[in-house]
Amino acid sequence: MSGARFSSVLVANRGEIAVRVMRTAREMGLRTVAVYSSADADAPHVAMADQAICIGPATAAQSYLNIAALLKAAEASGAGAIHPGYGFLSENADFARAVEAAGLVFVGPSPDAIEAMGDKAKAKRRMQAAGVPCVPGYEGAAQDDATLIAEAARIGFPVMVKAAAGGGGKGMRLVTNAPDLPEALLRARAEARAAFGNDHLILEQAIQRPRHVEIQVMADAHGAIIHLGERDCSVQRRHQKVIEEAPGPAVDAPLRARMGAAAVAAAKAVGYRGAGTVEFLLDETGAFYFLEMNTRLQVEHPVTELITGLDLVALQFSVAQGAPLPVAQDDICLNGHAIEARLYAEDPANDFLPATGTVALWQPGPDVRVDSGIATGSTVSPHYDPMLAKIIAHGPTRDAARRALIAGLEGTAALGLTTNGSFLQDILRAPGFAQGAATTSFLDEAFPEGWAPEALPQTAIACAAGLLLCSEMHTALDATCGSDPALIGFSSDGGTPVQMELEIDGTVHHLTVIGFGKPTFRVDGDAGTSHMSLGDISATNIRAKVDGTTHNIVHAPAPGGGVFARIGGRHLFIRRHRPWLAATDAQTGGQIVAPMPGLIAGICVSSGDRVQAGQTIAILEAMKMQHRLSAPTSGVVANILTTAGQQVTSGTVIAILEEDT
Amino acid sequence: MWQGSRITPGAPGYTSNRAAMLRAVETLRALEARTATKSEQRRDRFRQRGQITPRERLARLLDPGLPFLRLHSLAGYMADTDDAEKSLPGSTFLIGIGFVSGVRAMIVVDDSGINAGALSPMALQAMLSAQEIALRQKLPFLHLVESAGANLMNYRVEDWAQGGAVFRNLARLSAAGLPTVAVLHGPSTAGGAYMPGLSDYVIGVRRNGMAALAGAALVHAATGETASDAELGGAEMHASVSGLVEYMAQDDIHAIDMARRVMARLDWNRDMPAPQARSVAEPVHDPDEIAGVVPADWATPYDMRELVARLVDGSDFDEFKPDFGPATLCLQARVHGVTVGILANNGPIDPAGANKATHFIQACDQAGTPLVFLNNTTGYMVGVEYERAGMIKHGSKMIQAVANARVPKITLYTGASFGAGNYGMCGIAYQPDFLFAWPTSRSGVMGGAQAARTMSLVARAGAERRGVDMDEDRLATQEAAIEALFDRQSSPFYTSGKVLDHGVIDPRDSRKVIAFCLQTCLEAQKRRLNPNAFGVARA
Repeated sequence: MSGARFSSVLVANRGEIAVRVMRTAREMGLRTVAVYSSADADAPHVAMADQAICIGPATAAQSYLNIAALLKAAEASGAGAIHPGYGFLSENADFARAVEAAGLVFVGPSPDAIEAMGDKAKAKRRMQAAGVPCVPGYEGAAQDDATLIAEAARIGFPVMVKAAAGGGGKGMRLVTNAPDLPEALLRARAEARAAFGNDHLILEQAIQRPRHVEIQVMADAHGAIIHLGERDCSVQRRHQKVIEEAPGPAVDAPLRARMGAAAVAAAKAVGYRGAGTVEFLLDETGAFYFLEMNTRLQVEHPVTELITGLDLVALQFSVAQGAPLPVAQDDICLNGHAIEARLYAEDPANDFLPATGTVALWQPGPDVRVDSGIATGSTVSPHYDPMLAKIIAHGPTRDAARRALIAGLEGTAALGLTTNGSFLQDILRAPGFAQGAATTSFLDEAFPEGWAPEALPQTAIACAAGLLLCSEMHTALDATCGSDPALIGFSSDGGTPVQMELEIDGTVHHLTVIGFGKPTFRVDGDAGTSHMSLGDISATNIRAKVDGTTHNIVHAPAPGGGVFARIGGRHLFIRRHRPWLAATDAQTGGQIVAPMPGLIAGICVSSGDRVQAGQTIAILEAMKMQHRLSAPTSGVVANILTTAGQQVTSGTVIAILEEDT
Repeated sequence: MWQGSRITPGAPGYTSNRAAMLRAVETLRALEARTATKSEQRRDRFRQRGQITPRERLARLLDPGLPFLRLHSLAGYMADTDDAEKSLPGSTFLIGIGFVSGVRAMIVVDDSGINAGALSPMALQAMLSAQEIALRQKLPFLHLVESAGANLMNYRVEDWAQGGAVFRNLARLSAAGLPTVAVLHGPSTAGGAYMPGLSDYVIGVRRNGMAALAGAALVHAATGETASDAELGGAEMHASVSGLVEYMAQDDIHAIDMARRVMARLDWNRDMPAPQARSVAEPVHDPDEIAGVVPADWATPYDMRELVARLVDGSDFDEFKPDFGPATLCLQARVHGVTVGILANNGPIDPAGANKATHFIQACDQAGTPLVFLNNTTGYMVGVEYERAGMIKHGSKMIQAVANARVPKITLYTGASFGAGNYGMCGIAYQPDFLFAWPTSRSGVMGGAQAARTMSLVARAGAERRGVDMDEDRLATQEAAIEALFDRQSSPFYTSGKVLDHGVIDPRDSRKVIAFCLQTCLEAQKRRLNPNAFGVARA
């Protein structure tokens, strides 16, 4: 690139966005430098970079949020620019400033613009001044409870309490009744302080059943600002976006033009440069209100890319190199419809508890764009955001895109982890979403009791049984000294039905399997009877024929026994039900017993103490050795039955624990 | 590939043969099902005790999908009663060779749904047979125990005396380097207590598993002591006090899982050579056609090459001396990739046939080629011409060769197996590694009609000598009685009931059964055990 300001870029991020940014960087001929924490040494973003530098331990504060370490890595690698991705330091003005001070190009807006939009209260005042419609509210400096309570009353309930420095839903609270406000303020402040180091709050009138519609803007360093249309991100869970799409189902061309103009005005007001997003709430009347501006690339940018045909990261780099925008507002035309779903390692049936573990098999679905930062064998640790991938479908119509996304999700395998994959499919199939009628209340309205997976159909249970038996058969075959494929399924007495207790995701199914090993076998269960055949399971992707229907199955062995599989679009953990494993724990748990005769050298806890699993309860001295007797589970010490210095026989109960249930 | 087949599937003769053969197979399956049904009728009782049934135990023990060769499924048939409609075959054991955690093992399951698993004389013979096969084929021995022991009402001193061989065999299996595993699902008292006592690994099921030299009643009778079965021999007591039990299981299903783990921990095939990959060509002529190819009546002659073409790889075989003693077939072929020498009979064995067979057996023995005997003979030829030709010495040579051949020997009774022909074709007394009968086969010293005719001729000659008239009515009655006496005992169901084979099979399964047996024998040949002098002593 002639006149280029940099020829290499350090991506100060991890996961899918680091991979995404580096993909375009390489296409543009930029040398890529990855940074990683010790937890990410084997991550895909590290593997794909031209150079990778470890910037610290797993804790984000000491690695991905460590400005000094990042600058040191940039210097060591000779990178000319830093792309911050999203999250971490992407909206940290100090970081942007430090990058520029180090003589590097920050791929993003100026530190001043970041700062201007970073404080919600200041930003709102500025937007009001620029004529951008804002939600009526309070964004004053006075933060005492009395002021906030009075302001809330003026705005009128329900009100939204937000962290002034916020984002990502942290510190955000909806308050419907005045008496709940003080408590909400207390909690919002605490969360804001923890998340942003700043407990300033703002209040806003809560817009009822609004849509979240945001405008993508792009500005160059020469004063040109355009918008690339909107994204509707109304499907949110606790203010976290789950599904995003473009164009917005409730946005027509005139509204788009008005919102686009407002977004451009907003960007102009802060002297914006690069890619940014102006978020609005759109109410049922078509009125829209400025929410905030995200001064970075958004997670959901791919839907805009798919309908505009533009590479937003490429535009970011181009702007950062100092080039003028290669497209003008009139060049932007929207083609078809795109929808994105965020695949998370979390349990949607269990309050969306984040899940961790190892990816036993990662296989992106067909005919969709998949931006991911994981690979088979990757570890999903508790240190970072549990998003595994974004699945994005593009189609000529909204419904075509929706169907393609469902198929893409069904065809995506992230085995070994609990994911929200089925939840995403259910959202996409929900009538409200299919009609394009989703507001930010959609999830609460569509799943008022929370989400739970549908009961598994008999065919899926049969497939699961066949798969587990097949995997057990192969384990057995591997242990033989030579197997004869022609004798598989042969029994000279014609065979005997086999009972099995199949545990699928913790639910036990009682099944009878007849003729397993023969080309076709039968699975009887409470839900019916299936006749089925299975392909060679030495392949990862196999086809099962069940009652005349073909099912595509992806599977991988589970390290502790059993199999992970995707059957009928559902991710399942299939294993034998072995109740005795739990029974053994329950029987020994509760009592701390001397394993051999000896002298109690010390009791390390007192009655009533709360102890953690593994914590030492007592020391037993026997055969000149000191044996540590530890708590089998966490709980409370209910009773101590021995004293230090006491000689005990084998089997003496030393203490009793009341286990946590 | 053999081009000589004259059989047209679907032709009238084929269809009637097939119908008759399938009827005979149905009879076999019905006999097996009779016992299974009776035993499974007690499922609720098992459930009440928190148990699963013996068949469920066996099914869970086996590796899914891996082959299983059932043995002695008809043992004891017609031994419990003379009523063929009521007799329960199987003798309270489920026996077979199967895979447990990838280990080919001899498995014996007490069928405690029948007479509470009480032993019978034929059960003893079947157990001894299973143990002998285990020892010979180097198979670990797994026994799922739940037996009321011997029924004192049917006490026979010889069963007690000879029954000790079961424990002798366990000791010898252990000493030979073959692990013995017992699962105590239920009671195992008196002599039965030595089942766990002589096993290297014992898994006890909580509450139900019990082993004692004498149960509560006998103890009270003998010493006046009052004790519960749990105190005398509960699995819990044995696990913590006597040391008879190594592993405690919560229930039957857990115990089976543990047995599978015990087998897995043996790492039994660790030192076995990696198997040679061999391409196996299925027979060109479908083995399923055996049912229509082979005459249901043993007395109807047919070309046994038709059968062999439906047993061997690619329906391809070479003939050894086809034109010399042509009624005795000596064929070289492969079954599931294993080269075998096959002996078969297209009629009685004549001196040339016996000579050829002798030569062939010795050649196979020299090359280490396993032998397969497909019995379809009414015996060695008789008559002046044959006696003068040395039928006795040529037949003896053949018997000598069979008796001393060191290679694996697998025998199938496919049609007639009569007289000394049975000996020459490796009948039960010649200790074939495996011997299975078809449900349409017949074995015995001679056919019933022949025996009856012989006895009538002897009677007529006697009458003539004494100069008295022959009572034709009496003679006819005697002929019928003799024929019935012979025919009843020649039935494969009857002989299998007497444990004179290892089981009766569906003829259409013959290829797979032979393959399984060959693999079992060859695995044994390759396996090196770690024998010791006294077996594993129980701690």
